[in-house]
Amino acid sequence: MKKKTRVAKPVSSDRLSAPRALGLLASPRANGSVLRKPGQTVSLALAQFAPRKGDVEANLRTVEGILASIAAEAAGFPDVVVFPETCLSGYFVEGGAREVALSARELDRRLQKIARAACAGKRTSFDVVIGFYEDDGGKLYNSAAYLTLGKAGSIRHVHRKLFLPTYGIFDEERFVSRGRSISAFDTPHGRACILICEDACHAVSLTVAALRGAQIIYIPSASPGRGLESSEPANVRLWRDITRVAAAEHGVFVAYAGLIGFEGGKGFTGASKIVGPFGDLRIEAPFDSAAIARATISLQDVSVARAALPALGDLESNLAEFSAMFEQEMIRRPERRGRHVNS
Amino acid sequence: MTGERNGSPIFYPVGAPADPLRLDPALVERWLVAFLKDEIVRRRGMAKAVIGISGGVDSAVVAFLCAKALGPNSVIGVRMPYATSSKQSLGHGGLVIAQTGIKDLVVNISDAVDGYLRLEPDASQRRRGNVMARVRMVVLFDQAAKCAGLPIGTGNKSERMLGYFTWHADDSPPINPIGDLFKTQVWQLAKHLGVPRVIVEKPATADLIRGQTDEDDLGISYERADRILHLLLRGYTGADILDRGFERADVEIVSAKVNATHWKRHLPTNAVVSETAINEFYLRPVDY
Repeated sequence: MKKKTRVAKPVSSDRLSAPRALGLLASPRANGSVLRKPGQTVSLALAQFAPRKGDVEANLRTVEGILASIAAEAAGFPDVVVFPETCLSGYFVEGGAREVALSARELDRRLQKIARAACAGKRTSFDVVIGFYEDDGGKLYNSAAYLTLGKAGSIRHVHRKLFLPTYGIFDEERFVSRGRSISAFDTPHGRACILICEDACHAVSLTVAALRGAQIIYIPSASPGRGLESSEPANVRLWRDITRVAAAEHGVFVAYAGLIGFEGGKGFTGASKIVGPFGDLRIEAPFDSAAIARATISLQDVSVARAALPALGDLESNLAEFSAMFEQEMIRRPERRGRHVNS
Repeated sequence: MTGERNGSPIFYPVGAPADPLRLDPALVERWLVAFLKDEIVRRRGMAKAVIGISGGVDSAVVAFLCAKALGPNSVIGVRMPYATSSKQSLGHGGLVIAQTGIKDLVVNISDAVDGYLRLEPDASQRRRGNVMARVRMVVLFDQAAKCAGLPIGTGNKSERMLGYFTWHADDSPPINPIGDLFKTQVWQLAKHLGVPRVIVEKPATADLIRGQTDEDDLGISYERADRILHLLLRGYTGADILDRGFERADVEIVSAKVNATHWKRHLPTNAVVSETAINEFYLRPVDY
C-alpha cells in the first residue's frame, strides 16, 4: 500500500498575508522553540487557596506561606508555581477593584521580597503565574503575570483578560477594562501563553495561543460552582472537558489553577489541573479544598502529540481561508446593523 | 477521535438529568456544609449558629447541615411557639433537636405578640401572622447576640420566588444555606440527611393560622409550582411553558405571584440624589 504523504497546499503570498497581518502565525523563532529543547522537563505546582476578600496583604502572606511549604518539600522546588485568577483580592470586588489593584511592577516587587523570605537558601530563581487586579495608571484590568522571581527584570509577560463575563452572576466589564491581545512568550521553561478563565472558554483563544507557538497554556481561573445534579459541580466537568479538548486539538499542555472559597454565597471550584497534549488529565486537585498539585511534564510530548495528530499543522494550512472568513464576518456585521437601523 | 489515542474518552457521559429538579444530595450536602463553615468560621470568625426550629422540613434540613458544619454543641435550635401554634409542630421540632443533638431552647412568643396585639384588637390574621414572624426574628437575632453566634436563614427558593414569606422576618438572617433550593429539592436533601419521615412527608405549613397549609394558601402544589418556576427562571415564557403541557391556571398562579413580589427579594428602595448612592454608584460586595 502506498504510503500517504502529506503535501502542503500551495498558497499564494496574498492568501498568507492576511493571517500574518493579524499576527496569528507564530514567528519562526517561536516555532523553533518547540523543537529546540525536545527533552526538557518542567516541574509545575498549582496552588489553589481561598483568599481573604479585599485583603491584599493577607493574601500575599498566604502566597508566602504556600511558597515556604513548597520549599520545605522533599520533592524540591518546582520550576513554575501557578496561582488562580484574582487570588490576591478575591474575585467579586465590584467597585473595590481600584482599591485592591496593583501595578505589575509593584506586584513584582512584592513577590520578589516574598520569594526571598519564603525560599531562603532553597532556590535562587523560579517562575510564577499569578492572577491579580492590575492598575495601569488608573486603567484597571483583570490580569495575570508571568514572573521570574530571583532575577532582576523578571516580568516576562502580563496578560489582560479579554473576555470579561458580564451576565448572570458576573459583572466584570462594569469594573475593569478588557485586554486586547493574546501573546505567547518565551520562558526558561518553554514557550507559554496565559488565558484567564473565560478567555479559555472561547476555542478561538486557545487556537491563537497554539498558533503563536505556545507549548504550555496557563489558565488562572475563578469559576463559581453551579449545577449540583451529579457527583461533582457541572462547571468542574465543563472545565475538564474544555481543557482536555483544547490540549488534544492543539497538542499543548494546559495548566489550570482554580480559586476556591465562598464569596457572597458563590463557591469557587478549584479542581486545578494539568492536561497533557494528548488530552490526558495528568493531575487534578479537589474542587473544594486548598491544595498544591504538582507534576513534572516533558515538553517532548508536545512534539510527539503534534506529529501523531497534526491538527495544528492542518489549521495553519487552512489559516488563510479561515482568516478570510473572519474578515468577511467583520465586513458583514456593520452592514447588517445598518440594514436593521434603516428598516 | 483524539480520545482513542490514550484509550480514554475526552467527553464524560454527563447527560441531562431526567428530572431537571433532581439533585445529587450527597454533593449538595458537601457544598452547603462547606458554605456554612466558610461563611460562619472563615469569613466571620464565629463558631455558633442559631436556628429557628419550626418543626417543618426547611429548618430541619438547616439544623442537620449546621450540626455537620459546626458540631451539634455549637448550634442552638430555638423553638418559638405562639399560643395558637400546633403542638405537633413543637413536637416535630423536638424530634429534630433530639436527632441532631443540637442545643434546645424554647421561647414562647405569646406574651410578646399579644402585648402588641392588645393595642390592635382588630388586626387581621395576616397582620397577626406577620407580627409573629417578626417577633420570632427579634428573638432569633437576640439569641444570636447572646451567644455570639449567627442567625441562619431557612427560607427555600420556592417560597422566596412566590413571595410566600414575611419581609424582613423569615428572610432576614445574614446567611441561608437552602435559599437556592426549591421546596421539592429540600425534600430530596431532607431524605438524604435522615430528617424524620414524619417531618418530610407532612404537608408544609407556615403554622401562623390553625389548619393552614402552604399549598392551600398558594393554590398549587409544590410539585407543580417548582417545575413551572424552574422553567420561568430559565427564561421560558408562559406560552413556552403551556406548550410543555402545564395547566394554564397553574402557570398563571405562579407567574402572578412571581411578578407581584420582585420587591420582596430586594433591600428597601432609596431615593437616589447623589453620585455616590449606596448600591447604585458605591458598589461593594457583601463580603468585602
